Amino acid sequence: MIERNRKLFPYLLILPAALVMFGVVFYPFIYNLVLSFSNMSLRNFREWQIIGFDQYYKVFFEPSEPSFYTIFLKTMIWTVVNVTFHVVIGVMLAMLLNRQIKGKSIFRTLLILPWAIPQYIVALTWRGMFNYEYGSINLLITKYLGLPAVEWLRSPTEAFIAVIITNIWLGFPFMMVIALGGLQSISNEFYEAADIDGASAWQKFRNITVPLLRPVMIPAITLGIIWTFNNINVVWLVTSGGEPADQTHILVSYVYRAAFGLYRYGYAAALSMVIFFILLIFSLTFMQRTQATKSAY
Amino acid sequence: MRNNAKFKKKLADAAAYLVLIIFAVIAIYPILQVLSISLRPGDRLLSTSLAIIPDDATLAAYKELFTGRPFLLWMRNSILISFVVTSTGVVLAALAGYAFSRFKFRGRNVGLLSILVTQMFPATMLLLPMYIMLVKLGLINTFLGVIIIYSSTALPFCIWMMKGYYDTISPSLEEAARIDGCNQFAAFYKVVLPLTAPALVIVALFSFMTSWAEYVVAAQVLQDTNLWTLPVGLQTFQANMSTEWGLYAAASLIVSIPVVILFLMLSKFLISGLTLGSVKG
Repeated sequence: MIERNRKLFPYLLILPAALVMFGVVFYPFIYNLVLSFSNMSLRNFREWQIIGFDQYYKVFFEPSEPSFYTIFLKTMIWTVVNVTFHVVIGVMLAMLLNRQIKGKSIFRTLLILPWAIPQYIVALTWRGMFNYEYGSINLLITKYLGLPAVEWLRSPTEAFIAVIITNIWLGFPFMMVIALGGLQSISNEFYEAADIDGASAWQKFRNITVPLLRPVMIPAITLGIIWTFNNINVVWLVTSGGEPADQTHILVSYVYRAAFGLYRYGYAAALSMVIFFILLIFSLTFMQRTQATKSAY
Repeated sequence: MRNNAKFKKKLADAAAYLVLIIFAVIAIYPILQVLSISLRPGDRLLSTSLAIIPDDATLAAYKELFTGRPFLLWMRNSILISFVVTSTGVVLAALAGYAFSRFKFRGRNVGLLSILVTQMFPATMLLLPMYIMLVKLGLINTFLGVIIIYSSTALPFCIWMMKGYYDTISPSLEEAARIDGCNQFAAFYKVVLPLTAPALVIVALFSFMTSWAEYVVAAQVLQDTNLWTLPVGLQTFQANMSTEWGLYAAASLIVSIPVVILFLMLSKFLISGLTLGSVKG
């Protein structure tokens, strides 16, 4: 009897969360899977039918400007650059805030503000700041640095950089808060012992902070990558839907444009499935390499 | 030798302050821009001036917000929804995360991965089927509808976060508690859970933010104007021909205040300084 309870215990702990999550996600997922094999579009909105793998073929081989592969590459750059900066800045600030210095509660509060304010208004504010004539960034560049003004939102590369800067700004407080929480689980005794052994600051970071921060940071980084890959808001708002000329899309904003701009629902559903599998393969590899599912003890 | 170490410490502190100040300026500058827009008369989004407080500053937008619009009603709705989602998120994630961290059971790895899988699908494509489902369940125009969706959005991160944090706490603690006569649940609830305060804070903040700032789902589900949350209400400032930028900016600043207050209240647990030292294996 007791043995049976013991086996049931973990399932009982998980059950409530599982009910809520899978109830909401399962049905929409199946629905979308069916749609991805159909020809549903504005023209065939009501009498759509299953047509097989056509939409998937179109995703990979239909000539379009920009092509799937270009956008995929951009999405990779977007994800890697953003998450790297989020984590590096976040962990660095968390370590500074974890020192014994005065006024750290003020800094802590100021530094989470980008997370606290609604994304929509700050994304539009950043758009304003990148404006060629009026934006404060160009005003700063020309007035104080004496450099020529940058055409931030009119050329593809600069527009892409502008979106990345905005998203880095939006995302670092989140990683900072997580790293701050993670640092609390590291006992001071480790650092004291290392001090006695004469370890350098870098050695302490490398051999104490990094391994003990891992269990907390790895899940955050995995999800951070997935969220950044699928983050449509910032791209959409800063570049007003992929401007100039659809050159600043990442995959997920391209899905949005296909579904709600061009009404190609079947195609958008197929592209969504492709995104899903890209992320699934990535996560499996990443988790295996970092052994995220293993416990530390 | 002593002096040298002291000097080094001072130098490091100075460098720390410098970095913190630089990032604090970067963090607040765009928000000061929002403040600036909220003080400008006549809904001007752009301005050639770098001044934060414009010469013709006015508080008209703030006054209009509280007297002319149902801003407080939206605020009440948002607080209610966010509060329920946060409590649900914290409780369910604390339980599920513990199971994933401590027990070897069939389906453990598959479970952990499935939780992650729910995050991989482009959210915009889930909207339509989600809507159909809520209609069938009769949850359109109810807080329960959005609360369920927000909880399911927030839970995956929360569970993984809690699991990661439990992993840093040695199981020898519970074993000791069991020997002292605690049952399984009491060992978890009384011994392990209090040590996870920093992680619980992160989970609470995250759940709160998930529901606090969400617009797309809320706009679909809550059609009755009396049920609107802040993001949905704010969107009306953009309706018609022109956007009421002043109102929008003022409202955005006020919307972020509860988050800052929540963070201030919780951050003493985040930096609790609870020494876990004695429990490290």
